[in-house]
Amino acid sequence: MIALQNVSKWYGPTQVLRECTLSVARGEVVVVCGPSGSGKSTLIKTMNGLEPIQHGEIVVDGVKVNDPKTDICALRAHIGMVFQSFELYPHMSVRNNIALAPIKVLRRSETEAYKRTEALLKRVGLEGHADKYPAQLSGGQQQRVAIARSLAMDPKAILFDEPTSALDPEMINEVLEVMTQLAGEGMTMVVVSHEMGFAKSVANRVIFMDAGEIVEDRPSGEFFSAPQTDRAQQFLAKVLHH
Amino acid sequence: MNYSWNWGILFEAPYAEWLLSGVAWTIGLFAASMVVGFGVGTGIGLMRIAPIRWLRIISGIYVEMFRNVPLLVQIFIWFYVMPELLPSDVGQWLKRDLPMPAFWTSVVAIGFYTAARVAEHIRAGFLAIPAAQMQAALATGLNLRQVYRYVLLPRAFRIVTPALTSEAISVMKNTSLALTIGVLELMAQSRQIESYTFQSFEAFTAGTAIYIALCAAVVFVARHIEARYAIPGMIQSR
Repeated sequence: MIALQNVSKWYGPTQVLRECTLSVARGEVVVVCGPSGSGKSTLIKTMNGLEPIQHGEIVVDGVKVNDPKTDICALRAHIGMVFQSFELYPHMSVRNNIALAPIKVLRRSETEAYKRTEALLKRVGLEGHADKYPAQLSGGQQQRVAIARSLAMDPKAILFDEPTSALDPEMINEVLEVMTQLAGEGMTMVVVSHEMGFAKSVANRVIFMDAGEIVEDRPSGEFFSAPQTDRAQQFLAKVLHH
Repeated sequence: MNYSWNWGILFEAPYAEWLLSGVAWTIGLFAASMVVGFGVGTGIGLMRIAPIRWLRIISGIYVEMFRNVPLLVQIFIWFYVMPELLPSDVGQWLKRDLPMPAFWTSVVAIGFYTAARVAEHIRAGFLAIPAAQMQAALATGLNLRQVYRYVLLPRAFRIVTPALTSEAISVMKNTSLALTIGVLELMAQSRQIESYTFQSFEAFTAGTAIYIALCAAVVFVARHIEARYAIPGMIQSR
């Protein structure tokens, strides 16, 4: 479904991704973790072409992302993305936040798109909030709207960029529950996250990054019980011991 | 002070008509300059943040040229210098055949000057939106044009409404400079009443009061626009 081959990226003279190679199969849930500044967010944003790369190859759903001839909008239309800071459109109601892309990109009728919106809101536990505006919702609710917004495009995979990092502790679970439910339904997911509980219980694989490099790429059980590298051990010691 | 007040003069013929006609020309200058200034300004502002380098360079040069030269100087250049620089038949047409040359020259001068300022406000409005908002919109499959049209522009315009309100008030006041090339707008008519009647206090008080009223009307309309587009749940909507 998603395959990266020797992907490297520089910001000016600084190399932020070093020869990253990984693949995500259909239906797989992969958690990407690592210290801040290790390139996790950059890596995930290369997968739908939000971050250009200078070297390597990325193939998503059979399409070369870094090929200038690729219709990148068409690719993005069926790869969802959820951001750390939600990034809902503040000037639009929840309904229009969710229905905008289905109407403008997939050319669905308003009636159809709005009907889907109601169903999606129900799915993320926000029935009856369609007429509210993002600023009238809590962080957890906003993030669930953002998930509904990506689901509205019937995505083949969803990329999550630290979806719970900006949330108050009591709101983290409501978002993780929706994500767990999605994983259970067989959605392909790449999740940049520090939620080790989620990684342990939901992820098939954990990828550990440090300094722009993929240091470990292992089934999640193995990663937590016996991390192979010192860097991963140190990282786990820091995030698990509290 | 030995001054004989005569407020009644403002309501006598022909002075009342002069004032009214001045107001009409001022409003006309304002409306036309707003269309040019905000229209061209939005375009230049979008060019300032375009992903294409030469568009950014051209628009940058435009902004620096038009906002760094005093408006009065620009009006004189458009009116006295421009027709001489253009090919002679175009110059001839500007000087002889263009109806209301002073009016349209003022509109172009005020409009282009205002556009440079509006462009900078628009640019600032876009820069105030976090980059991730654009990424989030692109990630849903919208193309760049749609992202601007549906997400970034509506947000940027809300951010810059207060600044654009000030800009509109400036346009209203800047129309008074049109008197220097012979447009008989409000300022010119106030002066004319003063020269004819020597009632300088009354004439200029009337002019001042009318400018205040016109600007207050602009603010009133702007407040309504702001309230109309206020986003529920955000501070402005209270």
